[in-house]
Amino acid sequence: MELVAFVVLTALALVSGLMVILHRNQVVAALSLAANLVAIAGYYMLLNAQFLALLQVIVYAGAIMVLILFVIMLLNLPEEARKPGTGRVQAGLAIVLAAAFALILGWALIRATDGGGYPAASDTFGTVDSVGQMLFTNFFYAFEAISLLLVVAMIGAVLLAKRSVEP
Amino acid sequence: MTPQAILIVSAVLFAVGVVGVLTRRGAITILMSIEIMLNASNLAFISFSRLYDQPDGQIYAFFIMTLAAAEAAVGLAIVIALFRLRESTDVDELNLMKW
Amino acid sequence: MIDWTSIVIVFVEILVVVGALLGGVSIMTWVERRLSAVIQFRRGPNRVGPFGLFQPIADGVKFLMKEEIVPADAYMPIYVLAPGMALTTSVFAFSVIPYGPTIELFGRKIDLVLLDMNGGVLFALAATALGVYAVVCAGWSSRNKYSLIGGLRSSAQMISYELALGLSIIGVLMVSSTLRPTVIVEQQAGWFWNWNVFGGGQLLGFILFVIAGFAETNRLPFDLPEAESELVGGYHTEYSSMKFSMFFMAEYVAMITMAALATTLFLGGYQIGIPLPLEGWPLWILQIMAFVTKVGFFMFLFVWVRWTLPRFRYDQLMNLGWKRLFPLALFNIFLTGILVAFEVI
Repeated sequence: MELVAFVVLTALALVSGLMVILHRNQVVAALSLAANLVAIAGYYMLLNAQFLALLQVIVYAGAIMVLILFVIMLLNLPEEARKPGTGRVQAGLAIVLAAAFALILGWALIRATDGGGYPAASDTFGTVDSVGQMLFTNFFYAFEAISLLLVVAMIGAVLLAKRSVEP
Repeated sequence: MTPQAILIVSAVLFAVGVVGVLTRRGAITILMSIEIMLNASNLAFISFSRLYDQPDGQIYAFFIMTLAAAEAAVGLAIVIALFRLRESTDVDELNLMKW
Repeated sequence: MIDWTSIVIVFVEILVVVGALLGGVSIMTWVERRLSAVIQFRRGPNRVGPFGLFQPIADGVKFLMKEEIVPADAYMPIYVLAPGMALTTSVFAFSVIPYGPTIELFGRKIDLVLLDMNGGVLFALAATALGVYAVVCAGWSSRNKYSLIGGLRSSAQMISYELALGLSIIGVLMVSSTLRPTVIVEQQAGWFWNWNVFGGGQLLGFILFVIAGFAETNRLPFDLPEAESELVGGYHTEYSSMKFSMFFMAEYVAMITMAALATTLFLGGYQIGIPLPLEGWPLWILQIMAFVTKVGFFMFLFVWVRWTLPRFRYDQLMNLGWKRLFPLALFNIFLTGILVAFEVI
């Protein structure tokens, strides 16, 4: 059962990821990214990280992606053109180098796991309780700092996107 | 489902994001490829957190998510401001500083 | 190896819930039209059966047989997916709500809730958040300026009021110390002043939740995005027949889900409000009926408000969401925090 879910989620994540970088129409790319984010949330659920899975859907897929979609639709962006001239060489080189990077990255990550499988999840893993406890005790300063960062980002975004007031 | 499989997926998704950043022309699509990269790293964090049964990885993923939200907001504001100037979001047209 | 009985039980529960939701939708079409007729001092449908009770059947047959008109250059993959997205997310949001107590059937204990998650309330919020995509996709893929404007307005309204919705729930979560809807309902057992809206001090939170719920489901007085007199149909202008009926159903299912969430979090869910000395089946049937009655009360409220209040203008709507409801919700969190800290609630 878990294997079926894992295979389906992997297929969804990879196909939607490829659609993001390949499709010319930017709205379709944004919607594929939303599907990718929901697939990753499905991974989190499979790994028993319930709180993070729900947060991923609410914050990432439900807010950030809607914001990106809004901007694409409001700016009425046309379909993207291909890079002229040496664009194909650049794309080919990018794919080769990225594949090499993925191999090295994958090898490094797998080495870090000591080859074991997942242990049985404890009851409190991934619940709101455990994450919340850690967040408000060990990571308290980081929490306050990131709320400050969000305020700064909000102010910055509003100021940057404002039309300059005609005198 | 083994940790190795999930980490391979994470590495492949990260590579997909890298190709997106290097290949695409639209500013917003580049931002979206960056989001894919951030998600791939989140997946690796949570996979390790489950492997060692510590909630630290989830906290890091939580902070990365929040950071991605802030970065997307500011990045999109910059794209909008740029669009007002240039009437297009094509990054190949931002060449005023070329010699 | 595989516990076939529990799989069958889960499937039957899913069928019951989805059937009840869609059945509720068809009842709501009749209720809406008869109740609006009462409010507007006219008759309403009374031809199709006694008191027009078979009108939903007539409506269903009409939707099935109508001609599908699809705009020529609509973006077909997304055009077709959008109504499905709307209906799916609305039904998903209902799956965490406990519509009854733990009943015992043939010696097995069955929880009358589809998905008893630790983060149940967040799940409902997440499914509602995904419903925004259906609106945006529908508006954009119709290749129609008015649909696009309606879709963008509607989704901007939905994400603005999601804030007030989420924040107004936090008071309840502080009082209950849990996110599981089943535990939240169990904590409101006993007399009706144990309910979160009275004894839990969440009256302000309840009012905010109901207002935000109206805005989330695009119901009057917040329905400018689909205002019939201004944007034709808003984001579902270019949809006809079955696809339009899916949007229609999705809106009513979203209303039922909001009502069910409000009853679970604030009005005690399936608790009757009067401690009765009953056990077993009589008590359980009464509790399920109590849940249905409370949701029905909210449905009545939805229809009543729709035909009574005028529509908000779009800037007034956004003003209300960001400048009035959002600070009030923060104040509610602050107040509840103080009351919980000093152990008043």
